[in-house]
Amino acid sequence: MKKQLLTGCEAAGEAAIHAGCKFYAGYPITPQNRFPEYMSKRMPEEKGVFIQAESELSAINMVFGASVCGFRALTSSSSPGISLKQEGISYLAGCELPAVIINMNRGGPGLGDVTPSQSDYFQATRGGGHGDYRTIVYAPWDIQELYDLTYIAFDIADKYRNPVLILADGIIAQIMEPVKFKKPKKNLPQKKWALTGCKGRKPNSIKSLFLTPGILEKHNWKLYKKYRKIEEKEVKYEKYFCDDIESLIVSFGTCARICYESIKITRDKGFKIGLFRPITLWPFPYKQLEETIENAKKIYVVEMNLGQMIDDVKIANRKNLPIYFYGRPGGGVPTPEEIYNFIRKNESSI
Amino acid sequence: MKAVYKKPESLKEEITTYCPGCGHGIIHKLIAEVIDELGIREKTIGVAPVGCAVLAYNFFNFDVTESAHGRAPAVATGIKRLLPDRIVFTYQGDGDLAAIGTAEIIHSAARGENITVIFVNNAIYGMTKGQMAPTTLPEQKTTTTIYGRNPIHHGYPLKVCELLSQIEGVCYLERVSIDSVPNIIKTKSAIKKAFLYQIENKGFSLIEILSTCPVNWKMTPKEAMNWIKEVMSKYFVLGIYKDKSEQKKEV
Repeated sequence: MKKQLLTGCEAAGEAAIHAGCKFYAGYPITPQNRFPEYMSKRMPEEKGVFIQAESELSAINMVFGASVCGFRALTSSSSPGISLKQEGISYLAGCELPAVIINMNRGGPGLGDVTPSQSDYFQATRGGGHGDYRTIVYAPWDIQELYDLTYIAFDIADKYRNPVLILADGIIAQIMEPVKFKKPKKNLPQKKWALTGCKGRKPNSIKSLFLTPGILEKHNWKLYKKYRKIEEKEVKYEKYFCDDIESLIVSFGTCARICYESIKITRDKGFKIGLFRPITLWPFPYKQLEETIENAKKIYVVEMNLGQMIDDVKIANRKNLPIYFYGRPGGGVPTPEEIYNFIRKNESSI
Repeated sequence: MKAVYKKPESLKEEITTYCPGCGHGIIHKLIAEVIDELGIREKTIGVAPVGCAVLAYNFFNFDVTESAHGRAPAVATGIKRLLPDRIVFTYQGDGDLAAIGTAEIIHSAARGENITVIFVNNAIYGMTKGQMAPTTLPEQKTTTTIYGRNPIHHGYPLKVCELLSQIEGVCYLERVSIDSVPNIIKTKSAIKKAFLYQIENKGFSLIEILSTCPVNWKMTPKEAMNWIKEVMSKYFVLGIYKDKSEQKKEV
């Protein structure tokens, strides 16, 4: 199949359509305005539903409704809008409803700015809303991977009956890259639990309220088991130049892509540095990272935030290697040279 | 022998969790009867609110989902757009619909979503034990207006039917009451008309039902019914606020 040149918003939209998504609700927010614009054209063409909601709250609850009746559903937004969606994401998790939510992360806190950021790492990986729950989080580093992860996100969401987040950023939302499409999915299996009218069966109900003493606790232990299974089965990561490392960079998404370029420079200068890139931020590849740092002497964490992933790196770093952090918060984007200079300074300080 | 009365099929055999004299039981039964009479039980999907009626799925014998506080019309929108041949209704209280969910109700009305909204107005927060609602009357005492609602400090009650009547996307709005047998019969007709309009794809309908909360009003069930008649329906005037279908007939 020929490749198509698409922006991130468009590629993720196509991936959703190819995965059998029939419902998109969203609300404009920079840097992902192209998303609702594109879906307003594409969903009617695919006999799906597009709604521009009156708020992010409403959009995520429309997605809740779409999911309740058994359809694959998507919403997208950027950081302040994702904060508003957290109420709905908590309800989706509590009701065990599948849905895909895409966050084209921008600088925060508050209204912040509209430039790319990774500042929603904590929010994405620690549940985000109220209650004891987890969402699966994918962090793509280019447009093809955004397409591929969005395409599988719907399967994973259905498989575990759990919301799945894609944590990208303003760069991924807006740059254009060639994308190879996958085969559109057809005849998806029926969901027995869905509310479709009780013809020929007992009525179904979907709820997250469990008032009877002990029942919610039981429900939460059931969720716990599901989360442990996801941790066991769904970890994704990549590593590069890791065969002979003395130091390892850990970075995700766009930032990892920039680190990849800086490693080429460091390798040319003779530094033995590799790159470890978690693709699932939750479940985080703790075990795989621990194995990768076995022969390393130090770890660099590079992020477009104030160092939110360090907590997870520390969990994997049972050898207690020194961790050096380089961050660009508030919408700053590092250059490969900048990261190289930071590494060179620290490498020669041993 | 001919059966002259039976429990509707759309209600389950379930012990009520509502307080003595609460209006929800009456309203649940009216909805269930209407759904039976229209023969739509197997294609109805209900959306329950946050508040006393959150447990609606315990009582209704058809598919029902919960929704977050105030978001029922958004959830119903998602369902109805994907399953346009099913009958979708929300069941919401005054806090749910007229406070935290004002954006959702106004915009689902503005979009003319082909859904039915059952809006139960009892002028108080029931589940949380009696705080001021957006529809609490001036001078009415609640646990957060212990000296009585003073519009200068607490604002004025929201008149939902009057407000929504200005919106083009709305098909049918009526305010009814359950304070007497004739009014209960009228309430049932209004509910039935709203469901019929949805079946006929006529668009957004909302039935505002003035209902009782004797426990939080600190009244007996009988006093509560009387309070609707003597006080509440003076402020929230009963009647049809919009009926697009009737208007068309007149033209």
